[in-house]
Amino acid sequence: MSTATDLLPASRGGTGTQTGGRRFGAFRFFGGQSKSGGEGVAKRVQFSSPFLPYLFLAPQLAIIFIFFYWPSVQAIQSSFYLEDPFGFGSTFVGMTNYTDVLKSGEYLGIARFTAVFTALVTFFALSIGLLLAVKADGVIRGNAAYKTLLIWVYAIAPPVAGLIGMMFFDQHIGPIVELARWFGWDIKVGLNYFDTAFSMVVVSVWKQIPYNFIFFLSGLQGIPVSVREAAAIDCRSGFRRFWTVILPLLAPTAFFLLIINVTYALFDTFGVIDVMVKDKAANNPITLVYKVYMDGFRGNDLGGSSAQSVILMLIVFVLTIFQFRFIERRVHYN
Amino acid sequence: MAAITIAEVSKIYHGNVEAVKSVSIDIEDGEFIVLVGPSGCGKSTLLRMVAGLETISKGTVTIGSRVINDVDPAERDIAMVFQNYALYPHMTVYDNLAYGLKNRKTPKAEIDARVAEAARMLEIEPYLARKPRALSGGQRQRVAMGRAIVRKPAAFLFDEPLSNLDAKLRVSMRGEIKRLQKRLGTTSLYVTHDQLEAMTLADRLVVLNGGRIEQIGRPLDVYHRPASTFVASFIGSPAMNLIKGQIEGGSLQIGLYRIELGSRAPVEGAVTVGLRAEDLRLAGVGEDAMLFQVDYVEELGAQRLVHGTIEGQPLTIALSPEMPLSGDLAVTIAVDRLHFFSPETGKRLERGTSFAGDAPAQNLRLETAS
Repeated sequence: MSTATDLLPASRGGTGTQTGGRRFGAFRFFGGQSKSGGEGVAKRVQFSSPFLPYLFLAPQLAIIFIFFYWPSVQAIQSSFYLEDPFGFGSTFVGMTNYTDVLKSGEYLGIARFTAVFTALVTFFALSIGLLLAVKADGVIRGNAAYKTLLIWVYAIAPPVAGLIGMMFFDQHIGPIVELARWFGWDIKVGLNYFDTAFSMVVVSVWKQIPYNFIFFLSGLQGIPVSVREAAAIDCRSGFRRFWTVILPLLAPTAFFLLIINVTYALFDTFGVIDVMVKDKAANNPITLVYKVYMDGFRGNDLGGSSAQSVILMLIVFVLTIFQFRFIERRVHYN
Repeated sequence: MAAITIAEVSKIYHGNVEAVKSVSIDIEDGEFIVLVGPSGCGKSTLLRMVAGLETISKGTVTIGSRVINDVDPAERDIAMVFQNYALYPHMTVYDNLAYGLKNRKTPKAEIDARVAEAARMLEIEPYLARKPRALSGGQRQRVAMGRAIVRKPAAFLFDEPLSNLDAKLRVSMRGEIKRLQKRLGTTSLYVTHDQLEAMTLADRLVVLNGGRIEQIGRPLDVYHRPASTFVASFIGSPAMNLIKGQIEGGSLQIGLYRIELGSRAPVEGAVTVGLRAEDLRLAGVGEDAMLFQVDYVEELGAQRLVHGTIEGQPLTIALSPEMPLSGDLAVTIAVDRLHFFSPETGKRLERGTSFAGDAPAQNLRLETAS
């Protein structure tokens, strides 16, 4: 959640100051979200000592340094070493860890699965979340109860969600397995590669929907009623109205959620996967993050594992830059 | 272009809250009707029922020859201008204007022509490629108007379109709306809470109060013959003075003063007397007069509003600023300028003889009772 609240106003505030001029619409069109970014007037505070502002910044900088930069540097460093499994020393091996990883067919297979998995989870979590939000937004009476029911799932911790998801796919009592059997599909999670992948996607999507739902709903409610009404007078087809007016106005929310969902699918599905494969991946599909964990903590190959996490870091870095450069450009921030 | 008939229309919300109570208005083709009233009087609800943004609980609305109760808003052949403009923020001005036409499958060439014409009329041609956020309030207002014009609808619906503008711009836009409506001859329904806007724009005014129509009429008729104390106090600035009086045997008693009404006394007994601030004047030397105790003075430049009391009842008088003020004043009023209302119902009480046939204004005869 903290990333969620940090990211959005920051990016919006940025575009706001660039456009300058009349920004009076911004308050309304994005409801609660834009409040922090909305005020164009920056207050200048004078400090008596030039060191004081740095002192105020220090706790935040310390957190970033200790929890982000330091581990990153450690990871990069150890990715060039071959660690003794029992911790008795390490040998500098240069790029060997990287070349080993990138030459490994298994690793490339996992990378391919991760890409497909991320795409599927992001797509379905976003589209189902949007669909539910649009429907919930249309409900007039009893909508509070309706929304609460939809948001509930988000309060569940990832491993618990994984467990509940596992129960859905349980060989003996799982309702989804029962349902599939009815159609002649015998789901065997943990045994069959495809079945396991399927249930991983379903549970991961299911877990992420409430989050997307909340943001889409608040985005929808940030669209001024009068704009919808003007559209109702201008355009008969509700479906067309949605594509031409509602969706473009939701674009900032959708873009933000896209980044969050990609990150979620890449990293935060760890708990779900862990419960599904029960620490012993064997033939089952896993994602890159889980592979990092398996090699590092189960295989005790700290060097290879570090190399993998550096690669992962680069992938996410490139992906985020790509998203901001090419997709955000098409997003209309009001 | 079409006539609009609103017949016994009511709006009932959940919990039996009746926002509009059996309202009927016949709007002629090309007429400019202004719905005016305080907030919560149901004027916006009524407009939104005509637009199709609210369902009609009872009664029928007819545009042209078509009952439109169950017609989709987009099919009603109306265009609406909203208070906060409701422009599509992600579209350029051109697309904002063209959107409604595109959805109606209008040929591209005709869209271009209509947008160009509307843009020329409203002088927004230089901004066609801009997004609404790059426009000022007045420009946005014009774009909102343009979006209504390009559609060439049977009727324009305006929902307080000028309330978000500053005072100066409001006056100039007011003139522009009036001119545009006359030029296009499109039937218009305009909602406002500003009585001045209502007076200046309307062909006919509809004064609403608590979901009911208090009065329908041309602005000057409403001003000069308000149908109730509500209309009297709502239309006109400053509001009409309303004081308590008593009619006995053809003369009006206000405190210690008695005013002879002759044969023109409407009723016997207690009445509410209405006096326009500008109808009261200073009494000449030797003329019968009432003592007006001055509380304070408001200088408006062209006018001077003097607030005070007659016989303990609060009153406002509009005087020319040239006249010297010194302490309390002796004031008088022409008898035919008095309005009478029932103290119980607030309804206007007509006098014995008709207004038109009145003798030339007579000065009132004042007799001090004691």
